[in-house]
Amino acid sequence: MLTGLLAAGSPLASFAPSRAWALDLIALTTQEGATLLAAARTIAPHDKLEDAAYALVVHSVDALSAKDASVRKQYQEGLGRLGANFALAGEQARVEALTAVESSAFFQALRTNTLQVLYATPMAYAHFGYEGEAFSKGGYLLRGFNDLRWLPEVPQADSGPAPGSA
Amino acid sequence: MRIDSNDDGAVVIIGSGAGGGTLAHELTRRGTKVVLLEAGQRQSLASFSQVPGEAFGQLTWLDPRTQSGTWGVAKDFPGLPVWTCKTVGGTTVHWTAATPRFRPWEIRARTTYGSVAGTSLIDWPIAYEELKSYYQLAERRLGVTRRNGNPGMPASNNFKVMYAAAKKVGYKRVHTNYMAINTRPRDERGFCIQQGFCAQGCKTGAKWSTLYTEIPRAEATGKLDLRIQCMATRIEHGADGRVSAVIYRDSKGVEQRQKARIVCVAGNSIETARLLLLSESARFPHGLANSAGQVGRNYCHHISGFVWGTFEQPVKFWRGAVLAGTVEDETVNEPKRGFVGGYHLELISLDLPTLPLVGLPYGWGRDFAAIMEDYRNMAGMFICGEDLGRADNRITLDPKIKDAYGSPVAHVHVDEHDNDKALRKHAQDSAAKMYQSIGAKRVIRSLTPPATHNMCTARMSANPGDGVTNAWGQAHDINNLFISDGSAFSSPGSANPTLTIVALALRQGEYISRQMAAKAI
Repeated sequence: MLTGLLAAGSPLASFAPSRAWALDLIALTTQEGATLLAAARTIAPHDKLEDAAYALVVHSVDALSAKDASVRKQYQEGLGRLGANFALAGEQARVEALTAVESSAFFQALRTNTLQVLYATPMAYAHFGYEGEAFSKGGYLLRGFNDLRWLPEVPQADSGPAPGSA
Repeated sequence: MRIDSNDDGAVVIIGSGAGGGTLAHELTRRGTKVVLLEAGQRQSLASFSQVPGEAFGQLTWLDPRTQSGTWGVAKDFPGLPVWTCKTVGGTTVHWTAATPRFRPWEIRARTTYGSVAGTSLIDWPIAYEELKSYYQLAERRLGVTRRNGNPGMPASNNFKVMYAAAKKVGYKRVHTNYMAINTRPRDERGFCIQQGFCAQGCKTGAKWSTLYTEIPRAEATGKLDLRIQCMATRIEHGADGRVSAVIYRDSKGVEQRQKARIVCVAGNSIETARLLLLSESARFPHGLANSAGQVGRNYCHHISGFVWGTFEQPVKFWRGAVLAGTVEDETVNEPKRGFVGGYHLELISLDLPTLPLVGLPYGWGRDFAAIMEDYRNMAGMFICGEDLGRADNRITLDPKIKDAYGSPVAHVHVDEHDNDKALRKHAQDSAAKMYQSIGAKRVIRSLTPPATHNMCTARMSANPGDGVTNAWGQAHDINNLFISDGSAFSSPGSANPTLTIVALALRQGEYISRQMAAKAI
């Protein structure tokens, strides 16, 4: 089991029962989960992005590993090679350890899984200011698709009227 | 309507995208019975997912393909050489709706560029004036902006950056692009509300797609039999050498045979070539329509890629129609630039989950994360340039890998020509210079992403030895077999291909109807 605390203001905080989060691992050990979380943070190091977002990468890989023995084997071997102290090591040492395995299939899978899951989390959306789905809010037509003011406006001849604006 | 499988009076169209969907409407509205086979499922405005990863899975053709060659995609996206759709409406569901025309000189590639070593250039066997008249029809059908009195798209934040940068470096022909997106209600569809979710399926239907225009209209004629989740595996011919039936797997995986008077193949260039190759027989041992050995060759995909600029202030480029912006000044043939052919610079944005997967150079760690940290201050452009046809850039049947039905999958081979590399560098340099001219903090050039524009694998040619079809997309070898998608392009030009696919389908629909009426086919 991996545990942590949601950051104050986390997009999950409003519907989570408490600020504490816990991830029950099915296929991976707690040690492997901790190594994986540290590896995901090393691949995509956003200091102000909370651990709960990276924990969702662990959750996803754990679920994939539970479903597919070949995925489980690849991660168990790959995480094992990073060593028992990986999660506690400094960033420079973690970068060196990952660089050493960068050409392996394990690393490719790890990198892809990390990017796929991490940047699709609500915490990442909030962190990067990405607003996502807009259909349910009427798009951005009246909510700032053209609100940039630090450059000149475009002449009508080279663009066109925004519906509802004129 | 339900058409009997033994009815040999029907036209069978394979694929329901820009080519096949449009052709189905053109034939049915003239009274011809059409069986339309579509490998994918049918989505709707209501069912389109707004979760980027989920939408990708909902719409994309994910059956295995293999690839090789020196183009970057072979190394960077080994399982996904191209990004096309498997759904009713084909790639018109995920396209971003830019509809420029080919330029007159582009359809005369061999004449314009001369003899270029290592290429297989030919001219289109069509006069530009004739193509232009079908462009006009297609633009009315699609409601293209900036044509026929349709207003242009309004300028988004991302376009404001592109416009200011383009003007700063002296470009003149810069505007919000020709777009098949409604800027006001028309065609029983609403207008664009600037969601920025074009590639996930347009939930307002403001973007033209055969899914909710041509196909329901074809159904309303009572002459269309649309069969979804039906994957064509083989085209059969009779003793006379004319095609006579299509073999396909239905939604339950059961093999079916539909007889046909005429077969039109519109499966997007990879699958169109593959199906012709899979249909080999004692009479046609190298596949249908392949007596000249041209099926699958001359594959073109456009020189493409992203250039991102990050700035001190917010852009929020995810807001607004994705491709609504273009610079046309480089769409010229000026060999003094170091290459032949031209390119478009077009506006683009990618949603947050997609950007790191396809939009950035391979990377991880602090530098990669620093680019992502600037996501809200990022502006983007897409380069779209002409690649030169080469005989050995081709689609073949993979010798080892088979699909769920036991058919060999398509293998895509692309070796880049020096001209391709020179064009890419020039286009990326131009885009970089634009962003730098207005004070970009940083400019990032992407890898070449999986190809969304796939063309020329069954090309039209005046000389039967140079291609697969005549000027009507009718196979040189078999007069009741047609190619009805971008495979039939004789060269790729630098224009996003959909408008030209639609124009050719409108023209082909007329031709097939005339030929049927005259009992010529």
